[in-house]
Amino acid sequence: MQTLIKNGQLIDDAWVLVKEANDAGILQALPGRDLIVPFKFWKFQQEDIANYWGQITIWFDSDENVNDFKGSLDSFPLIGLNFPVFSDGRSYTNARELRENLGYQGEVRAIGDVLRDQLFYMHRCGFDAFQLRHDQDPEECLTAFSDFQNGYQASIDQPQPLFRRR
Amino acid sequence: MYRYDQYDHQMLADRVAQFRGQTQRFLDGKLSDTEFLPLRLQNGLYIQRLAPMLRIAIPYGLLSSPQMRKLAFIANHFDKGYGHLTTRQNIQFNWPALEEVPDILEHLAEVEMHAIQTSGNCIRNTTTDQFAGCAADEIEDSRAYCEIIRQWSTFHPEFAFLPRKFKIAVCGTKDDQAATQVHDIGIYIVCNEQGETGFKILAGGGLGRTPVIGHVMSEFVEKQQLLTFLEAILRVYNREGRRDNKYKARIKILVKETGPERFREKVQAEWNKIKDGAMKLTDVEIERCKSFFTAPAYRDLPESSSELDEALASDVLFSSWYHNNVKPHQRPGYAIANVCVKDTGTAPGDITARQMNFVADLADKFSFGEMRISHQQNIIFSDVEKSQLYNLWQALKSESLAAANLGLLTDVICCPGGDFCALANAKSIPIAESIQRRFDDPELLQDIGELALNISGCMNACGHHHVGNIGILGVDKKGAEFYQLSLGGSAGNRTSLGKIMGPAFAQEEIPDVIEKIVTVYRERREPGEGFIATYDRIGMEPFKERVYAKDE
Repeated sequence: MQTLIKNGQLIDDAWVLVKEANDAGILQALPGRDLIVPFKFWKFQQEDIANYWGQITIWFDSDENVNDFKGSLDSFPLIGLNFPVFSDGRSYTNARELRENLGYQGEVRAIGDVLRDQLFYMHRCGFDAFQLRHDQDPEECLTAFSDFQNGYQASIDQPQPLFRRR
Repeated sequence: MYRYDQYDHQMLADRVAQFRGQTQRFLDGKLSDTEFLPLRLQNGLYIQRLAPMLRIAIPYGLLSSPQMRKLAFIANHFDKGYGHLTTRQNIQFNWPALEEVPDILEHLAEVEMHAIQTSGNCIRNTTTDQFAGCAADEIEDSRAYCEIIRQWSTFHPEFAFLPRKFKIAVCGTKDDQAATQVHDIGIYIVCNEQGETGFKILAGGGLGRTPVIGHVMSEFVEKQQLLTFLEAILRVYNREGRRDNKYKARIKILVKETGPERFREKVQAEWNKIKDGAMKLTDVEIERCKSFFTAPAYRDLPESSSELDEALASDVLFSSWYHNNVKPHQRPGYAIANVCVKDTGTAPGDITARQMNFVADLADKFSFGEMRISHQQNIIFSDVEKSQLYNLWQALKSESLAAANLGLLTDVICCPGGDFCALANAKSIPIAESIQRRFDDPELLQDIGELALNISGCMNACGHHHVGNIGILGVDKKGAEFYQLSLGGSAGNRTSLGKIMGPAFAQEEIPDVIEKIVTVYRERREPGEGFIATYDRIGMEPFKERVYAKDE
């Protein structure tokens, strides 16, 4: 069952999400696949990653700050931002900073405890891909993006706040 | 007052439909309790000791008569015929049925009211002083800025899952009536040397378990930068506020643990990144919001009124009410009339549907169809012709709304407490009532003068007991309800936190304790000295000594 939403549609996922990676062994276990690995893993396994056949990109946990990344994130085709529990709101800030302050244009993917009723706000904060929690009804989730017709604040999908458009 | 346009209406309609869907999925078992919790909280719905409780926002305390009538309708049709005015300018209904709440929200939407973000780990109702727009000592009317903040905070997608709740207050008068210094963000409207309006912004104030006064983040923020500055503070808080411990999750803890100066630097750094972005306010928007808060169609009246003077001379009870409950107005010939919803025997802040309808009619007749709700849980008619005050008072008397005790000892500020609230350690309402009965003597009350008595049923401090001149806190001592007294708190310009007097008391001892405190004050005060001034001068000792002395 497809549980990845991107651009308002359910699609097949080309990436493998690696939630925990303690050593480079994971790279041997999944040869040639495209992987989303934890930022810390990526940071400390540069050599092994350089030799890896498939694509490797990263995800940040909610207690990590995308601004702490030294250098440019632009080379990553996709950045995952984790919700360890749906009520942990820090990844919303990471998403906005990625888009607004760091100018990141690749895919920003919500991973972890991703549920229907948070999808609308996530989208406004700059997430454009959503890896749903396994028990979520994908068709029901697609309806979440039309919960509101408009918003008061500047958002990624509508950079002009309402007060500039009235 | 603010009038919704098509965008505001649509936003509200979308929200009601969203919550209706969420409620249905919850009732169908498709949403767990944990998943439904923040959704219902951000629509004002608590599950409480006896029944669900719905908290409805009254933005910056301003209410129109159609809105008040709708609240009366909801009280009658969906509740038990009354509502409760809170210390943050909201109204609570204690008995709605869960499955009927979407219907209630739809009714509220008809009169441009809602329960959005009145609970939950998000930005709550922005409050202000109840005399905004008519107070004699006003620097600038705060309501336009409150409305701007309200819209910015409503459905803010980045800040719906903060570490904890977030409360903002705005003060536009010289005399701070908004408890500004004990809010997560407190905003003072100020004027710089060039005569430009801006904001002095504080962060990290709060009451509850660990009361603290806010720290200045900026002495002067240009008015166009109001929202960008607030976003900077919220963003630092969202990122760095503690999420490991619910009791350490407010911004006041973060500011303290980071250090105010360092916290200020972080806010500045964040602000520098965003201050020239799209959230910078336009003069057009500021003027648009201000346009909703213009003066009503005042008549040209002389400063004094012969009808008023005659009534004052002839009616002692009216005179007492006038001197206590009526405040000066900017406009000649007008006055601000305070209605104490605090009669002895009723829970402070409670108002019946019948009283709501009555007050709505009075607003239409005497005050341009509008009223305000104060932090002291009272109702205000802000624009009454002086010549009409006697008529107003007589009407109030007929519905037991003429209590002349504004700001006096029996104008108790009190949370719902153990009778209603699952969080309480002790009942608060019976304490308020026992004190009101003991001091049910208008002359004595006048002689005692202004005295803020605040009662909270637990450390969450919804009764704001820390900033009461006399504060009472319900505590649980070995399974029994006891009450701790504090003295010397104050919520205005000289905000101070009360100091605990000594060991806690049993419920039945409280009226005697209050009486002893009041007696010491009256014995020791200098001419014209109010309670808090006397306390500042003589300190805690004389009060403590008298209260804990063995009776001879």
